[in-house]
Amino acid sequence: MTRIYVPCDSAALALGAEGIAKAIANEAQQRGLDVQVVRNGSRGLLYLEPLVEVETAQGRIGYANVDEDDIAALFDAGFHEGKAHDKSVGVVEDIPYLKKQQRLTFARIGITDPLSIDDYTSLGGLQGLRHVLDMNGDAVCEALLDSGLRGRGGAAFPAGIKWKTVRAALADQKYIVCNADEGDSGTFSDRLVMESDPYMLIEGMIIAGVATGATKGYIYVRSEYPHSIVTLNRAIEKAREAGWLGASVLGTSHAFDLYVAKGAGSYVCGEETALLESLEGKRGIVRAKPPVPALVGLYGKPTVINNVITLATVPIIFAKGPAFYRDYGMGRSRGTLPFQLAGNVKQGGLVELAFGVTLRELIYEYGGGTVSGRPARAVQVGGPLGTYLPETQWDIPLDYEEYAKVGAVVGHGGLVVHDDTSNLAELAQYAMHFCAIESCGKCTPCRIGSTRGEEVIAKIREGDTSVRQITLLRELCDTMVAGSLCAMGGMTPFPVLSALDHFPEDFGLPRTPAQKAA
Amino acid sequence: MTHPQLSDAAAEEVVRRHAVQGATLMTILHAIQDEAGFVPPEVVAPLARALSLSRAEVHGTITYYHHFRSAPPARVTVQLCRAESCRSLGSEALKDHIEGHTGCHFDSGHAEGTELESVYCLGQCALSPNMTINGELHAKVTPQKFARLYNAASAKVNADSEVTA
Repeated sequence: MTRIYVPCDSAALALGAEGIAKAIANEAQQRGLDVQVVRNGSRGLLYLEPLVEVETAQGRIGYANVDEDDIAALFDAGFHEGKAHDKSVGVVEDIPYLKKQQRLTFARIGITDPLSIDDYTSLGGLQGLRHVLDMNGDAVCEALLDSGLRGRGGAAFPAGIKWKTVRAALADQKYIVCNADEGDSGTFSDRLVMESDPYMLIEGMIIAGVATGATKGYIYVRSEYPHSIVTLNRAIEKAREAGWLGASVLGTSHAFDLYVAKGAGSYVCGEETALLESLEGKRGIVRAKPPVPALVGLYGKPTVINNVITLATVPIIFAKGPAFYRDYGMGRSRGTLPFQLAGNVKQGGLVELAFGVTLRELIYEYGGGTVSGRPARAVQVGGPLGTYLPETQWDIPLDYEEYAKVGAVVGHGGLVVHDDTSNLAELAQYAMHFCAIESCGKCTPCRIGSTRGEEVIAKIREGDTSVRQITLLRELCDTMVAGSLCAMGGMTPFPVLSALDHFPEDFGLPRTPAQKAA
Repeated sequence: MTHPQLSDAAAEEVVRRHAVQGATLMTILHAIQDEAGFVPPEVVAPLARALSLSRAEVHGTITYYHHFRSAPPARVTVQLCRAESCRSLGSEALKDHIEGHTGCHFDSGHAEGTELESVYCLGQCALSPNMTINGELHAKVTPQKFARLYNAASAKVNADSEVTA
């Protein structure tokens, strides 16, 4: 029997994987071949999707960018025996894009059926939780701190400190909340985890529960990710049946149960306090901090709220020990980050590497340059609230502190590449427009500043490049940065000001001597 | 588009069915919309009573979230991602093309049974531009691909409505 793998994650589905899987099964049946079609997760090599893999003695041979219409020809060429075809990319694990990566969190991604518990445990799953169940909660929090893991949602706060705070808090109920409201354009690593290795996230959340004494967990998933929601719900059901969840986690005295909550299309709900409001069923309005959610969180109870990647990285830290994870990375940015190559890039996908890699390496060695074939001009790192980096900044190591030195953010690790046809003034205006659409409205700098900001940039783009307008825009940005309650209003000026500083010609402004030198 | 109003009794019944113990307002709104395709305005008052909230709180929640709609969806709903990644690969030119092809405008309600909505990120940023047509996700969309998908969706909706008629 031959196993043929056709991914079932939403990226592959969006390119017709469902039809491909059916066509392979039909064609094999007509030809009297013994073929089993396995629906695996995505490898994260999205530029190759739909990537069909055939199991052979040499390893799994990949066939990239397969179309339903190719199936008959693929069988004619003997692809079910791994034979040559134009679409063959050879043994998938030998593709340099994948082979050169340092996949720790994403070690298992795309190899197997995301919902198979046996596959999960045979590839190292549950080892972390089993170690944790033999440890004291204080030691677990200390080990997490020791691993150097910082919040991967963007804020980069040490996860161990958050967990310690929740553990130390006295309350009749504590919660673990997973922030899966991945709204940043250019990011999809959370989605890949949920659709391609959901048990890893579940295991991470159980560990968080055991460590802090929380007995209930919620995964808040954005409504734009319906496939993730379906996969998570099925995985949770199976985990419950397998005894991982419920009154007794793997037969121990720890109780932990897990639920999925669905967002409703609000970007600001990715901000942790707005997310908690939404999870309670209300409008996603940002809360003032302090108190921090670790002390007064969901329904006023102590709550660990971490991003998907943070929680999904926890299992490997406890499977291999904090030192193993800490040994990757640079400075205070320990471990790896799953970078997401997006936008105008030839080879978009997920690239997990230790901190310290540069944008230039990511864009050219992995991304292969732009898909348009034109020169890359600006890269926005860290989502819609991240800065636009010009080529002069592409050699800065990707590290939280190194990026902060130039006013940039690593954020959730998404990179969006723009070529030389881009207009950064238009993108700056869009940044303000997006803030105006998505502002929760609680604080004035964000609510009103975004609309005024959009108007000012429009005037500049229409030709009013007077000092007065530029000063007005800078002062407005200053007010938003200093006066907003959360990152929505507080960071929207980042893309705006970086566009203005590095690409003034797009605003109809001359380059200053310093800019010319750069 | 007009739609028949729910009677008070029917609205009460919808709320009773979905406002189960422990369900939050958001969960209930999702359940109602998943079933009816939208959240009928008539359910606001009974929902407020059932959850001991003000009508303003319920109405405010429905209108706060882009996902909830207070009127039935169009026969064909196109959602085009207009965030940064899709912009870098021509989503704005695609938007103009779509408006020309359908004769409708983005974010301005129904026309000719089609509604065009701007959305901001569908999570397929390595395969931009992205869109959904009647909820089905499509990546690497070109004007030609859009025309094929849109025409197929329209034909399917028309065929389905003939069957029901």
